[in-house]
Amino acid sequence: MRTEEKIITRSRNRHKRLDAFQRILLLLVICLTTLLGSIIWTMPENPPGLADAVALMQEHSGVKSPVTAVLLNFRGYDTLLEVMVLLLAVIGAWSLAKAHFPQQEREANPVQMGVVRLLVPLMFLVAAYLVWQGSHLAGGAFQGGAILGAAGVLMLVTELPCLRAIPAHPLRIGLVLGPLIFVGVALFCLFLTGDLLGYPEETAGWLILLIEAGCAISIGLTLASLFAGGHPEDERPKNQEQAKGPCKGERP
Amino acid sequence: MITTLLYSMTGLILFAMGLFTLIIHSHPLRKILAVNVMSTGVFLILVAAAYKPLGLGKIDPVPHAMVLTGIVVSVSVTALALLLACRVQETSNLDLLERRKQEARPKESNQ
Amino acid sequence: MDAIVIYSILTLFDITLVLTMLWLAWYLLSTEDIFKAVVLFISFGLLMALAWVRMRAPDVALAEAALGAGLTGPLFLSALRRMNRTRKGERRLDSNENRGKDHNTEQEQA
Repeated sequence: MRTEEKIITRSRNRHKRLDAFQRILLLLVICLTTLLGSIIWTMPENPPGLADAVALMQEHSGVKSPVTAVLLNFRGYDTLLEVMVLLLAVIGAWSLAKAHFPQQEREANPVQMGVVRLLVPLMFLVAAYLVWQGSHLAGGAFQGGAILGAAGVLMLVTELPCLRAIPAHPLRIGLVLGPLIFVGVALFCLFLTGDLLGYPEETAGWLILLIEAGCAISIGLTLASLFAGGHPEDERPKNQEQAKGPCKGERP
Repeated sequence: MITTLLYSMTGLILFAMGLFTLIIHSHPLRKILAVNVMSTGVFLILVAAAYKPLGLGKIDPVPHAMVLTGIVVSVSVTALALLLACRVQETSNLDLLERRKQEARPKESNQ
Repeated sequence: MDAIVIYSILTLFDITLVLTMLWLAWYLLSTEDIFKAVVLFISFGLLMALAWVRMRAPDVALAEAALGAGLTGPLFLSALRRMNRTRKGERRLDSNENRGKDHNTEQEQA
């Protein structure tokens, strides 16, 4: 208890003056910064990068955008594990708490409803466009998924009544859809070409687009579920599932 | 080169500010904000290292892909950390509450 | 001649952007009010998106604009609201950093 109060007083007096601990800490941080800064200062003028290697293999990757090629072809393994990390984050969030949105049936604000009605279809369109655009310009699964997640957050904030009626299973399936497609394609390629995620060259573009579409849906649902902040209630017959699966229910 | 240096140094200073704040502040939300600022600094250094001015060669896409991955992971980590912070606050202040009730305001009952 | 003009404009832009970012970061990390810090963090994320565009990384800029500014902000705001709600029930006792009471109404409207 004493230490806690000390910390409280310390941070309350922070603006007046730093105590001894904070001065030492400031000194250490400045030392670290100076050292790292000298390292950055002495970095070579033209560091050897992988730009040439990527450009060399670009035409075999199936996509025209170098970042998408790196993400889903050359370093596809990283992205696969990253999608798994997102899934783990949702599992962690679901094990912590129930979704904490208000339980009472409430009329949605008409202004908010109007905004949702206008914006959400547009956001789905933009997300689909970004996923498709990822093959030749800036864009891809993460950007599209982020837009989908933002649409989900918008609907959760508005507390749409129809969100309460969505059953739990589509949400779970949607959450694992991207990872499942990714693993499925990886295994398919393993049987076909002998390499995990070694796409056959002529179908690489389509396989990447398939993975991206699945991952965008899963990422959007993941982000919306993380915003809802807890697992949905499966058992209760009424007032259930209001805080989840918004994208799934509304997706055309 | 100067642009790379400028943005790298900015990233470095952001990292240092985040680190300092992370240690001295006690509020969990402030700590999570500080971690976010730190990660932004690291991303800035990575992307700045790959930067080349227009017309002076290709830009290395590998750091961009790494930073893209990192941003998405950092958002999900932030969400999980925020949930944990809320959970900690909801569950762990009960002993403080008991103490406060005994010491200062014994009449107050809640929950 | 043109190249020099463009170069100096870009450098001016760089310096302005970097100084604004550093000032925003310092302000958001040192302000007493957590709600203000979160709002400043959202604007900081938008400036970061601008910096990514300047670094010729449009992919990262898109992701940052959608995630860093669009999703992290609501996440923080909802966590703040949840924490304040907990504190209103007299369970949060060591809150010194945010004088959240006058902001509860604002957040609930937000």
